[in-house]
Amino acid sequence: MSEMNEFDENGPEVIKRFMYVNRKAPYGTIYALECLEVVLVAAAFDQDVSVVFLDDGVCQLKKNQDTTGIGMKNFSKTYGALDDYDVEKIYVEKESLAARGLTEDDLVIPVEVLAADDLREVMAQQDVIISS
Amino acid sequence: MLHLINKSPFERNALDSCLRMARPGSAILLIEDGVYAALAKAAHAEKIISRMDDFSFYVLGHDVAARGLNDAPLIEGIDVVDYEGFVDLVAEHDVTQSWL
Repeated sequence: MSEMNEFDENGPEVIKRFMYVNRKAPYGTIYALECLEVVLVAAAFDQDVSVVFLDDGVCQLKKNQDTTGIGMKNFSKTYGALDDYDVEKIYVEKESLAARGLTEDDLVIPVEVLAADDLREVMAQQDVIISS
Repeated sequence: MLHLINKSPFERNALDSCLRMARPGSAILLIEDGVYAALAKAAHAEKIISRMDDFSFYVLGHDVAARGLNDAPLIEGIDVVDYEGFVDLVAEHDVTQSWL
């Protein structure tokens, strides 16, 4: 009963801005895959979700991943599901791409490439930021 | 001595420490996230290029392919090895040091 009241007070229609910040390369650790799964789950709750890739996180989106030689699942194709889940705010930091010799054309999904100065402002508008 | 680097040079200083501490003549093998250090167009490339005369550099091809880097130019002079090549390197050197 008390749970119901809490729910009513806040209202299910309250929408918060959730930003997921990816800073790790894929495969070397489990962070990248776990964060992607969390984003896909969270996307089902009709919140304002955005996903950011910076530092080594930009490497998660590199095209042509072939994991047959390391015995791990190639989850880079799953990023394509973000669009199906209506996660359309996907930002990649320009400087992180450049430092790794990558360009927007190297990435598996369409993204919005933002300079750090602009990404900082988008981050400042969030209610919740979840890092991995 | 064979040195193993499995951390991204963008995230950790394992490569820096290895390059600082390793004796000239050593072999350095980049594996797992360490393979990002082998990218010719990346910010850390010069660290390896400038030490080509001191060390022999290797990179594990399976980890390069897994990360989608087969179409990215690697630093010239780094030898790409497979798992058998990895084993050979370990066998050829009396000591292996992992820079975790």
